[in-house]
Amino acid sequence: MSSKDVVLSRVRKALADVPDDEQPQDVPVPRSYLRVHGERTAVGTVALLADNLEDYRALVHHCTGDELPGLVARLLADRGARTVVAPGGLPEGWLAMAVADGVERVPDAPDVTARRLDAVDSVVTGCAVAVAETGTLVLDAGAGQGRRRITLVPDHHICVVRVPEQVVDSVPQALEQLDPTRPLTWISGPSATSDIELDRVEGVHGPRVLEVVLLAG
Amino acid sequence: MRVALFVTCVNDTLYPRTGQAVVTLLERLGVEVAFPAAQSCCGQPQFNTGYRRESEPLVRRYADVFRDYDHIVTPSGSCAAMVRDNHPRVGDRAAQEGRDGELAEAAAAAAARTYELTEFLVDVLKVTDVGAYYPHAVTYHPTCHGLRMLGLGDRPRRLLENVRGLELRELPGAEECCGFGGTFAVKNPAVSAAMGADKARSIGTTGAQAVCTVDNSCLMHIGGTLARLGSPVRPVHIAEILASTEGDVR
Amino acid sequence: MSGTYLGMPAFPRAAALSSQDKTLRGNLRHATHTIRAKRAKAVDELADWDRLREAGAAVKNRTLRHLDHYLEQVEAAVTAAGGQVHWAADAAEANRIVTGLVQATGETEVVKVKSMATQEIGLNDALAEAGITACETDLAELIVQLGDDLPSHILVPAIHRNRSEIREIFRDRMADWGRPAPDGLTDTPAELAEAARLHLREKFLRAKVGISGANFVVAETGTLVVVESEGNGRMCLTLPETLISVVGIEKIVPAWQDLEIFLQLLPRSSTAERMNPYTSMWTGTSDDDGPRTFHLVLLDNGRTDTLADTVGRQALRCIRCSACLNVCPVYERAGGHAYGSPYPGPIGAILTPQIRGTDSELDASLPYASTLCGACYEVCPVAIDIPEVLVHLRERVAEGGEVTRRGTRVKVKPAKGHAAERAAMRASRWLLDRPGALRAGQRALSRSRRFHPKRMPGPGRAWTDSRDLPPAPAESFRDWWARTRGEGRNP
Repeated sequence: MSSKDVVLSRVRKALADVPDDEQPQDVPVPRSYLRVHGERTAVGTVALLADNLEDYRALVHHCTGDELPGLVARLLADRGARTVVAPGGLPEGWLAMAVADGVERVPDAPDVTARRLDAVDSVVTGCAVAVAETGTLVLDAGAGQGRRRITLVPDHHICVVRVPEQVVDSVPQALEQLDPTRPLTWISGPSATSDIELDRVEGVHGPRVLEVVLLAG
Repeated sequence: MRVALFVTCVNDTLYPRTGQAVVTLLERLGVEVAFPAAQSCCGQPQFNTGYRRESEPLVRRYADVFRDYDHIVTPSGSCAAMVRDNHPRVGDRAAQEGRDGELAEAAAAAAARTYELTEFLVDVLKVTDVGAYYPHAVTYHPTCHGLRMLGLGDRPRRLLENVRGLELRELPGAEECCGFGGTFAVKNPAVSAAMGADKARSIGTTGAQAVCTVDNSCLMHIGGTLARLGSPVRPVHIAEILASTEGDVR
Repeated sequence: MSGTYLGMPAFPRAAALSSQDKTLRGNLRHATHTIRAKRAKAVDELADWDRLREAGAAVKNRTLRHLDHYLEQVEAAVTAAGGQVHWAADAAEANRIVTGLVQATGETEVVKVKSMATQEIGLNDALAEAGITACETDLAELIVQLGDDLPSHILVPAIHRNRSEIREIFRDRMADWGRPAPDGLTDTPAELAEAARLHLREKFLRAKVGISGANFVVAETGTLVVVESEGNGRMCLTLPETLISVVGIEKIVPAWQDLEIFLQLLPRSSTAERMNPYTSMWTGTSDDDGPRTFHLVLLDNGRTDTLADTVGRQALRCIRCSACLNVCPVYERAGGHAYGSPYPGPIGAILTPQIRGTDSELDASLPYASTLCGACYEVCPVAIDIPEVLVHLRERVAEGGEVTRRGTRVKVKPAKGHAAERAAMRASRWLLDRPGALRAGQRALSRSRRFHPKRMPGPGRAWTDSRDLPPAPAESFRDWWARTRGEGRNP
């Protein structure tokens, strides 16, 4: 007997009390929990996202499309960034001013290894969806987001969220919009740990600075 | 309304004053109380230590003895919880194991009519002012069974707040277990003692003259620890406070 | 992990020592009380917490009652997405599988995400025997590994260490494993975290093999989910070429939608956050993003034995949040090591004796490591009635009975050392079932009350070493009633 057969036969023996004709969906799952906690306008949802991001020490900025290239250039300059990873599909204009200022654009390519990324100062991406109630950004490796490692190895991540269209209220709403076949990364603030005396400290292995630009219009 | 007192084996044997206080209190409130002499123990020590089969005759006895009463009142949170949560389980298991097919139903019926004292006062008699007088600073320790299994909530507190002369002192870390835990107290004496000492320290910080609970088994542990540590704080069952009036010399 | 739980004393003896350790008591008190208040606040934010909890328990019940169906679904979905699925009936088989997979890559160093399943099977030791170094990358696991220590908490394995102890360990031991601690390292948490960042970065960048567990596996999609804080998980899950995930068979949830329940329950219960900093979800392999090879090892190791017990089964709902540890007054005083397993605290006291059995004195003592205060049940996000299972397992220890061991029904004898207790319980039941005899006993107690010693000899010392006994009354309640009311007066 293969180990698979061993395990499955043990499971079936263990479940002798379950009637043969019971189907999984016969076991009731009450889903009376809330889809959204509280009532908000679209503006209120974006404000909640900003509050919760800040609560977990992300730095939040607001701007319009016209202001974005200047803001990105300034945020990079403020960190002294000389190199920035730009994933495929990132709108051309977002980095235009930074590049004009002399920041080097590093592509997200298979041959850009983790070791190479370790020497890059910053990364700029978009996101797939943002969750207001938890202050969470979800990246799905789609256009403007790139491979998972580019938002992990550099120490400074600027993530642009189109508001209000990319913002949902809640975790249930976010899952509805996401495709499980894509690699997904949920990010809620910069990396942190509670491992020293169960108290939260920001800044371990992931980017220690997370800047979120809420892009309106 | 036929009301029976389930005094519990611990109170019967070691704390008769608590049982007497319940009788005094209920009679003062106009309730005629019966004490069926065939009662003994809820079976909690056996059940909780892993001897469910030994508790079974006691579960049967409880259901039989109190069959004809509308309300069964007990001055013990843990015994009330044992009756309510575990008597039906003991009955179910007896049926599963092919012994006593009717025990589950009898146990469930008795469980539904069983009330911890403060529940009976607040929910059935609908009183929160029982006309008591107790001129002391008192702190209240909500026992685990009362707090989490019975969900007594603020019933004991509401009763205490209406006692004339009584000054209720907040107990820091009130919801933390005192460390008694039945046979835990002797199977894990070091941890039990450490928890008891922490509870005694918290009680000491309140400056209260007495600590009260709804359960003398916890109080035996808390009081024994306080006494060993030389604390002047007295352990008192809530029934004895609620039974006290201006006429009592205490 | 270089320490071992083998041969550890029973809980009461271990706890008698650890509860006297003032530093340990202080560290645990500080940490658990810090998180308790925060958890309560995070939970209070959600008006529907009780409904989420009910749904979480129900989803897990559905999974468990149809586990064979979901396991096959997982295998099909993961395989379809490019992963390879392996089945391990026990720890030895899981270790063999993982060791073989690592050897096939030719690598001698692996990076690890914190994983309870690999702690449980002792994977690091098995890899070490094969000449493979497993580097723990979670901060607390790193502290434990560097300190030749054992984990003492599910979420924060180094909870028994305070910041100054952590600094000592980093200063003394980091150099043995790679990059030494920075000169002049202080004990501020931010500096300690920075030291770990520097020490581990080199390992992440060169790692070819990553090993993880998973918090959830979605059956319908084959998606694995790892919930973490530091980013070490993301490093291990995305940078290496090969990823091996060892996952207990109970970690399955049926549907993608079910994650909406657990991603709300878990962070708030464990780290008291609305959401943990990083959650990774992956389904098989992706082109040019992350590991090219993905192995999923499905681990039984006593879980099916637990499943066979209709009362104990609920322990398999556990999502390893550790809320029960953080509220447990016994855990707070005894510390995690006294439980002799990677699963300490209330959940450990019901999980370990089920997956390992109750043959050893230690495992047989675990169901008694609780006052049954119920705080664990109250905070459990999947509503495991831990006190109910504790009492159920006490019965197994005290009275023996039928259990399942490695898939076979066997009868176990009562554990050793319970004979006197059994006799006492039987005698007390005999007495309590005969009110006349009870009354005679009470009278004997009252008559002799002037002679009761303050401190008792023998087993009674367990009480009187720390507590006075209540004085026996002059008269029992039933005698008082009979004297004042008459025997027959019963309306």
